[in-house]
Amino acid sequence: MALPSYTETRYRIWHYIYLTICTFVFFFLIAPLFVIFPLSFNAEEFLVFSEGMKNLDPDAFSLRWYKDMIYGTKNPWGLAAKNSFIIAIFATIGSIILGTLAALGLSSRHMPYKGLIMATLISPMIVPLIISGVAIFFFMAKAGLAATHTGIVLAHIILGTPFVVITVTATLSGFDHSVTRAAASLGSNPVNTFMKITLPLILPGVISGGLFAFVTSFDEVVVVLFLAGLENTTIPIQMWTGLREQLSPTILAVATCLILLSTLILISAELLRRRSERLRGINR
Amino acid sequence: MSSETKQILTTDGIPLEVSLKKAEKKNKIKAFLLVAPLLLFLVITYIFPIGDMFMRSVDDRMVTNMLPKTFKAMEKWENLEELPPEEVYRGFYEDYKVLVEKQEHGKLGQRLNKEKNGFNTITKRLFRQIKRNKIDESISIKEQINKIHKRWRNVEFWLAIKRTAPPYTMAKYLKGMDMYVASDGSIAQVEQDRRIHRILWLRTLEIAFFVTLFSFFMGYPIAHLLATLPMKYSNLLMICVLLPFWTSLLVRTASWMILLQQQGVVNDFFVMIGLVGDDNRPEMMYNKVGTYVAMTQILLPFMVLPLYSVMKTISPSLMRAGKSLGGTPFVAFWKVYFPLTIPGIGAGCLLVFILAIGYYITPALVGGASGTLISNQIAFHMKTTLDWSFASAMGLMLLTGVLVIYWIYNKLVGVDNIKLG
Repeated sequence: MALPSYTETRYRIWHYIYLTICTFVFFFLIAPLFVIFPLSFNAEEFLVFSEGMKNLDPDAFSLRWYKDMIYGTKNPWGLAAKNSFIIAIFATIGSIILGTLAALGLSSRHMPYKGLIMATLISPMIVPLIISGVAIFFFMAKAGLAATHTGIVLAHIILGTPFVVITVTATLSGFDHSVTRAAASLGSNPVNTFMKITLPLILPGVISGGLFAFVTSFDEVVVVLFLAGLENTTIPIQMWTGLREQLSPTILAVATCLILLSTLILISAELLRRRSERLRGINR
Repeated sequence: MSSETKQILTTDGIPLEVSLKKAEKKNKIKAFLLVAPLLLFLVITYIFPIGDMFMRSVDDRMVTNMLPKTFKAMEKWENLEELPPEEVYRGFYEDYKVLVEKQEHGKLGQRLNKEKNGFNTITKRLFRQIKRNKIDESISIKEQINKIHKRWRNVEFWLAIKRTAPPYTMAKYLKGMDMYVASDGSIAQVEQDRRIHRILWLRTLEIAFFVTLFSFFMGYPIAHLLATLPMKYSNLLMICVLLPFWTSLLVRTASWMILLQQQGVVNDFFVMIGLVGDDNRPEMMYNKVGTYVAMTQILLPFMVLPLYSVMKTISPSLMRAGKSLGGTPFVAFWKVYFPLTIPGIGAGCLLVFILAIGYYITPALVGGASGTLISNQIAFHMKTTLDWSFASAMGLMLLTGVLVIYWIYNKLVGVDNIKLG
């Protein structure tokens, strides 16, 4: 952002102060994530930069914590990763189905009590997680679903659907309903219309809502802490236990993998957002 | 001409108005059926359980169910300054005998002991007398019980039993605010040094408020920069906001634990620039500082994104117009730009505040004893003391606070305006 040549000196100074503040904030946001990378390759057992690492000595770096993560005998990361993926995938599918249907209903102009229903549907996003955790735990304990995968999947569907409802409703707000009427007038039944016309058009919204639901489930720890038994341990639970008890560099290896995963998700989410904006004809 | 002939009919001969209404109703039902599965699912698995939390938090039926005859007889106890009549003693004796048979007398003793200290001792004495068959039911039970221990002759203890009669209680809510019902029925405060919950509530509000403030002062400039830079630069910088947003909360907390520890990078840096000596590195973790720093960084994206989406819609020509009309850049900013960003400020601040007030994971990991929030206390009672009714009561107090804020948010900004990225 170049300043015009006629800018007075004091505004010029202000402008540089402003840019400095911005640089600092961006640094504050992103830098903590980059501490994890080098330390996860630490050859030592401590979570600090050793003298060798500061001097870029190749012997100070190793892959031992990654090996430990994958092959370590007592390490629960394999089971945790398997559980996390299974739970997140089922929770995402559930959230997408329930959330998309609800969003379709909500964006119909005939929907009664729209405000109240919308508020109810997105309440799990607003209610603090600890309260959701307590409430869901009471339900699952009564239903006999505590410490089961099913229970955790259902809990994550509760937490994930608001995101799908919001993103799909947003996509539908720019949706031209005359195309579905056109399909109907050409003899298509509602299901066929939905699959062939509506779904392809709202797909970016559905997928980006699904990504939110996936990440919510994959990162969720508060509710799982109440629900999970030993068999249902997930990556966040293992991280939580690790950070509380034995802070080992293996956690950093896992964290590095998680950062890579979130980078992938970020890229897909961004691509989807742009595609959806193009489709809705929003040009910036 | 009658009005009937004017009415427009459809091809089936039904008046158009009726036909339209029918179609409208059909559409309403169709729309509702689409929402119904999710609504039903949430009501069963989520909304009802929150109601269940409320029932648990006020439920006090245990004693009511244990002492039915006592409470029945107590209706005849009129002069509350004197000991209750013989019927009450007899009723209590009979109820207690049933409990002894069911082996539930210990639970009653503990519950009554909470109501009035010293109860456990005298119910245990009564238990022993009953076990040894020392009580003769043919003569006055009142006199026999009164002989067991002098506390049975103290009307305060009988009043304590009377207080447990109602099936519902607000005691857990009062406890959450460090208050209790005193023996004379009035609401009293616990001693100064035992008021732990009030400290926690205030600390939660304080931390949520300052985290919101810090995020605002850090988020506003960068949201402005992102909204005014050309697309190709702002997209790149946006990654700095979005990558933390998509990264696991635990990963971000872990990185702050590494940074803030005593031998950590931040302390190394302070020593390097000579701010502190190598031998007295400050504690930045397991206290409030850690909570503030980590929570601000974690919640900052939630401030930046709503601000950005509002700022993006403000045309740059408005600022130019302000300046060309004679305003200095500061005046133009303050009088033109800033008021237009207020919806974004409201959305961002309330979002961050609501999220911060219920934070659990980060304070538990980096907060130590002085940086924990009310959520940590709720989790503590859920998992450690197993006082679920107290956890429910505090949870609902927190929820009420959040809903009030959410209501204000809805009035000011509208929930429909929440944008995600």
